[in-house]
Amino acid sequence: MTIDLTDTTTGAINDALRQARLRLGGVASGMVLTLVIVTNEGEQYDAVRAASAAGRQHPCRILVVIIRRPEQRSRLDAEIRVGETSPGETVLLRMYGPLGQHADSVVAPLLLPDTPVVTWWPDTVPPIPAQDPMGALAQRRITDAAAANSPRDALTSLATGYHPGDTDLAWTRATPWRALLAATMDQPSGDVIGGTVSAEAGNPTAELIAAWLSHVYGVEIACEPSSGPGVTEVSFITSDGDTVITRPDGRVAHLRRPGQPERRVALHRRETPELLEEELRRLDPDDVYAETLARFLKTGPASQ
Amino acid sequence: MNAVNPLRDPRDRRIPRVAGPCVLVLFGVTGDLSRKKLMPAVYDLANRGLLPPGFSLVGFARRDWADEDFAKVTHDAVKEHARTPFNDTVWQQLSEGIRFVPGEFADDAAFDRLAETVAQLDTERGTGGNYAFYLSVPPKFFPDVVAQLKRSGLSSAPEGPDGHRPWRRVVIEKPFGHDLASARELNEIVNSVFGSDSVFRIDHYLGKETVQNILALRFANTLYEPIWNRSYVDHVQITMAEDIGIGGRAGYYDGIGAARDVIQNHLMQLLALTAMEEPVSFDAASLRAEKEKILSAVRIPEDLATGTARGQYAAGWQGGIEVPGFLEEAGIAPDSHTETYAALKLGVDTRRWAGVPFYLRTGKRLPRRMTEIALIFQRAPHLPFSATDTKELGHNAMVIRVQPDEGVTVRFGSKVPGSAMEVRDVNMDFAYGESFTENSPEAYERLLLDVLIGDPPLFPRHQEVELSWEVLDPVEEFWAEHGKPEQYPAGSTGPASADALLARDGRAWRRL
Repeated sequence: MTIDLTDTTTGAINDALRQARLRLGGVASGMVLTLVIVTNEGEQYDAVRAASAAGRQHPCRILVVIIRRPEQRSRLDAEIRVGETSPGETVLLRMYGPLGQHADSVVAPLLLPDTPVVTWWPDTVPPIPAQDPMGALAQRRITDAAAANSPRDALTSLATGYHPGDTDLAWTRATPWRALLAATMDQPSGDVIGGTVSAEAGNPTAELIAAWLSHVYGVEIACEPSSGPGVTEVSFITSDGDTVITRPDGRVAHLRRPGQPERRVALHRRETPELLEEELRRLDPDDVYAETLARFLKTGPASQ
Repeated sequence: MNAVNPLRDPRDRRIPRVAGPCVLVLFGVTGDLSRKKLMPAVYDLANRGLLPPGFSLVGFARRDWADEDFAKVTHDAVKEHARTPFNDTVWQQLSEGIRFVPGEFADDAAFDRLAETVAQLDTERGTGGNYAFYLSVPPKFFPDVVAQLKRSGLSSAPEGPDGHRPWRRVVIEKPFGHDLASARELNEIVNSVFGSDSVFRIDHYLGKETVQNILALRFANTLYEPIWNRSYVDHVQITMAEDIGIGGRAGYYDGIGAARDVIQNHLMQLLALTAMEEPVSFDAASLRAEKEKILSAVRIPEDLATGTARGQYAAGWQGGIEVPGFLEEAGIAPDSHTETYAALKLGVDTRRWAGVPFYLRTGKRLPRRMTEIALIFQRAPHLPFSATDTKELGHNAMVIRVQPDEGVTVRFGSKVPGSAMEVRDVNMDFAYGESFTENSPEAYERLLLDVLIGDPPLFPRHQEVELSWEVLDPVEEFWAEHGKPEQYPAGSTGPASADALLARDGRAWRRL
């Protein structure tokens, strides 16, 4: 059901949520976290859709913060959706006027008690996520460097302003590649002495994979532009020869190793709900991401 | 495997465990288990990116099939039973590695063809000579199959030029024998060809999230361990109830019965996980050591006549359908003494559990399908309320629901709203479905992956199997010599003797 409250207060929103739950016959809810989405009217539909899909795996309270018309008088409108697309609850909060500068005062009373808070910026990258009022409420802050005008600048800024608990969907997109690379290097192979990552120009995921590999192996692994889609190739130069993984079509990876037949495996690009699911699975600081960003800061921004 | 793969950082938990290059050879591909569980599990693993590039699946059966026919069977099984959505790219990659070898277990030529097929996969798809053989066939065929694997040189691999020896593993399913002697015999047959580290015994209960959660619940929390002992626990009930009858399994079931089919493996494993001490670590050796210790401390009742109960379902109504009795099922002798319901009272002779009975029960044609472990706590030593106030207060209980509706329930007394001080039982509930919807892999997914990775903690060692038989053998012998199973109507909660078993101790079974 959908409940519209105009010119309302957080107390009234909490009451409406409680009553909606009772009316739907719901008992003590099994929601595991609060997800705060900071977005705008144009992008909210896709973001809420993705979050609701992820919410099937992690039932949560989704609070969508939309700032509108700062010149008007302060006003809070709420649109509550319960029992529709996901097992959790969704509240769209539209803030008008000066209230938009104090969105945290609206969000804080609506956070679920005793459960973690995650903030997601689907379409903007705040300068320092942990110091953003919406980010300060959360244990986990999800940005998406790929959504920025210059992903490379966004990564640089994220790396400079990193705090434990930050994460980025560009890093999440790297997971299937990293898993395949790790599995590949589980097999006996020579010492890695160099390599490259090829991707569409400006792809932040490729930058992060290259930084990660450079950090782990202590050698320079550079990014090279290709025509995409996404990341298309990772190659290692090792003392035993070249190990190359290519993915020209965004679906199937081809693995070539010295003296072995070519092997293939499905390696598809994932949609936003899958990325969010991965992010919501673990809420502790991602140290490997932190080290990768630090490495990127050392060599990445200068390399182009 | 490299000594250290720098890309694997223990802090990096986004990167999943992925199996190395390998072939899975499936014997008994025409069985229900293969179609409903194994093939879908293989696909689900592939879809989750947990199978290596080049992974190949070889079927072996007495069917006049080509590779494509087997691929079609697998495709249909995956479409119908897989947990994750069907993805054409994933299927395409998987199906390229599917092969079929027709033949019988006594046929040398068929196994030579199997050896050629897997060797060819090594050259074509780079599977590295690593093979897992899944024997989804009745145990009477094990001697033939393992002998053939040895004869055709498939059971062990020579060391490669790089000093690296490919692995060969064998996976077997219950029943692991029908008594101690046959279990030992079976083990000798398998062990004569495969080393004990290469034998993976599947008890699919151990692949279930809730069962693994017993360990997390007990050893990751401070809340429960202090009360997990004889000072607080009155008794423990472990139940596996099925609503179905024996279906088409008459040939297997007659002469085996509920105790051998369920108690010896699933329920004894649940008992071990519930009762064992904390392992020093979660590696296979430590975990198995604790399980073996507790299984060796299990004692059967002195008087088996009053400490056990068994029954056979009679005709009746189960879930709104009229169903035949066990003795009327096709393929069952009309004078069969095979039990379809078994209940046992066991003691665990340790300091932690002395005097706390463990009641185990399992049965077919019971009202509903349900598996649970219930710790029933003692009543408070003194109640500062009047007797009428606490009339509706029962024992506190902690129930681990293994299936369905996986989760944990804690039952305790709470004040009824109102002006009087009245206390009644209420539930506090944790449901997997609510807290981590859609996240739990199927038991077979987890177990297959563990086999391919070579990670043994979730697989019982043959010592555990033997210890369980040592508990059950005297009971089976007693039953064989004394009387016969009591009839209980299908759809009821079991024979009256099972209720009497608990009533004698002043207790009652939890409602099914």
